[in-house]
Amino acid sequence: MSAPLLEVRGLRVGFPRAGGLRHVVAGIDYALSPGRTLGVVGESGCGKSMTALALMGLVPPPGRAEGSIRFDGRELIGQSAAEWRALRGNRIAMVFQEPMTALNPVMPVGAQIAEVQVLHKHLGWKEAGENAVAMLEAVGINSPRERARAYPHQLSGGMRQRAMIAMALACEPALLVADEPTTALDVTIQAQILDLMLELQDRIGMAIQFISHNLAVVSEIAHEIIVMYAGRIVERAPADALFANPRHPYTQGLIATLPDPEQRVARLPVIPGGVPDLDAGARGCRFADRCALADAGCRAAEPPAEEIAPGHFAACFKAAA
Amino acid sequence: MSATTATAVPRTEAAIGPWRLRWRRFRRHRAGMASLVVLLLLALFCLAAIPMQHVLGMDPDATDLLARFDPPSAEHWLGTDEAGRDELIRLMVGGQMSLLVGLLATAVGGIFGLVVGVFAGYFGGRVDALLMRFTDGMIALPLLPLLIVLGAVDLTKLGFSSEFARSGAAGFWRIVIIIAIVDWTAIARLVRAATLSIKERDFVRAARASGAGPLYVMPTHILPNVATPIIVAFTLTVGRVILFESVLSFLGFGIVPPTPSWGNMLNNAQELVTTAPALAVYPGLLIFVTVIAVNFLGDGLQHAFDPRSER
Repeated sequence: MSAPLLEVRGLRVGFPRAGGLRHVVAGIDYALSPGRTLGVVGESGCGKSMTALALMGLVPPPGRAEGSIRFDGRELIGQSAAEWRALRGNRIAMVFQEPMTALNPVMPVGAQIAEVQVLHKHLGWKEAGENAVAMLEAVGINSPRERARAYPHQLSGGMRQRAMIAMALACEPALLVADEPTTALDVTIQAQILDLMLELQDRIGMAIQFISHNLAVVSEIAHEIIVMYAGRIVERAPADALFANPRHPYTQGLIATLPDPEQRVARLPVIPGGVPDLDAGARGCRFADRCALADAGCRAAEPPAEEIAPGHFAACFKAAA
Repeated sequence: MSATTATAVPRTEAAIGPWRLRWRRFRRHRAGMASLVVLLLLALFCLAAIPMQHVLGMDPDATDLLARFDPPSAEHWLGTDEAGRDELIRLMVGGQMSLLVGLLATAVGGIFGLVVGVFAGYFGGRVDALLMRFTDGMIALPLLPLLIVLGAVDLTKLGFSSEFARSGAAGFWRIVIIIAIVDWTAIARLVRAATLSIKERDFVRAARASGAGPLYVMPTHILPNVATPIIVAFTLTVGRVILFESVLSFLGFGIVPPTPSWGNMLNNAQELVTTAPALAVYPGLLIFVTVIAVNFLGDGLQHAFDPRSER
């Protein structure tokens, strides 16, 4: 592995509320190297998407990101709006969850792809438009010249997500943040989009941070996986190690909830309870209330992340056992 | 996948720019096209006054007290008004004023309101608070005293030459600006509300994630998506402004008689409606036709700006 492209240290995203900040991301650390894929999994509301928005400098006000994000040797937290704009779409790009709503309905698709190059490479619309056609072809869209002139409503969901990817990759970014890019698509299209992302990763050599609540999807694409719960990373491991040997009870629970087509069961397994109010977990392990193994020690102090095998970290007092 | 969607893209759209496409969608909108023709005919009708004045020597202000309230005749096609002036030429000259004031005042006020609204909505926070309190303040001002004060502003004190201050052009611009000042607030509030809802949409976030700044996002991604309510508001404003101009005339600082405008002709005719109802009917009918045509034109424009309207 080469030197990390992205290094996140103690990242926190807080929103003001009566009596202080409410942290939806509460201090997370991870690193990502060029050409590698990091999967981020967790339930809704665990801070996955906020982490992604923090990387883009797009945390909606009045929210604030604190800590450190080092990208390509530069500190991103605290840089100016103009510096962020120069980076976004150019060095760091993002693919959104809903291809239906993430494209401007009154603008031809090709123009929306060309726009990125017009903004960053200062190309004219004509030249950027030609490049956009080439991009559409590269993401596997047939007759790209006609499609470039089509409006989003004239394309299918899969094509729209391909167009979104073309838009994100227009400037060949070093880091692609994909926030649930396949969630809104049906399963066959999902597989095509994942293949496409892997293929383009090979070609461009970019790093991907792939966010999903679907462990099965992440397992197909990620080299390393981090599992988030209530704003914290509870487990971080290489993908195969995580599946072979999940150490955190939450990860174990997530894996147990994956339906097994070999076995018909009356009820699918669930993890009881829901993600806690983020300040309720200020003392003790945030998962304690839903954990079968939790004891008084778990409720008294928050477990630190410990390396239980090379490259395999878990934040659980019971993990070492 | 591609087999089914290939038919969804109209082949004919290849190699056509967005404005050509909009024009084509507009042309398919029958009421819109008809309105455009009607408005062009109205404009032609009004402009025809220029050759008639200069070539035929007709004077919209020439009075003939022996020929008051004449019925239509070969000499006066639509008869004469209470001062014996030819009604037709007055309608034509008055239309030039009314249409120009209606369109210009709407454009000036509308564009100002548009800018205020989109900045307030997009930036939110303090910018929004500041701009919207300013807008609320404008709405709270009592209209008539404001108009009287604005109408009484001495242009020579503002550094204009006294010839300009007395000229017709000054009076014309004065009324355009007065109407624009009092009529931009509705559009500002409307645009702000529409912007607030559009800016939360994913494609705006996606554009920002592509590195687009606010001065790029607002015209490219926000405004085309709020075009529909804006166009409706603009078209309604044109009609209101034409009538509003007549109120100003009535107060004595609109288009001041004897210079005719549809508004002041209608106003004059109100007093005479029992003796000469036709004098109220002609300008009233023209204002009515204009407002209706502008509204349908707005309909057609909405259709043109919405790619989903393609059949």
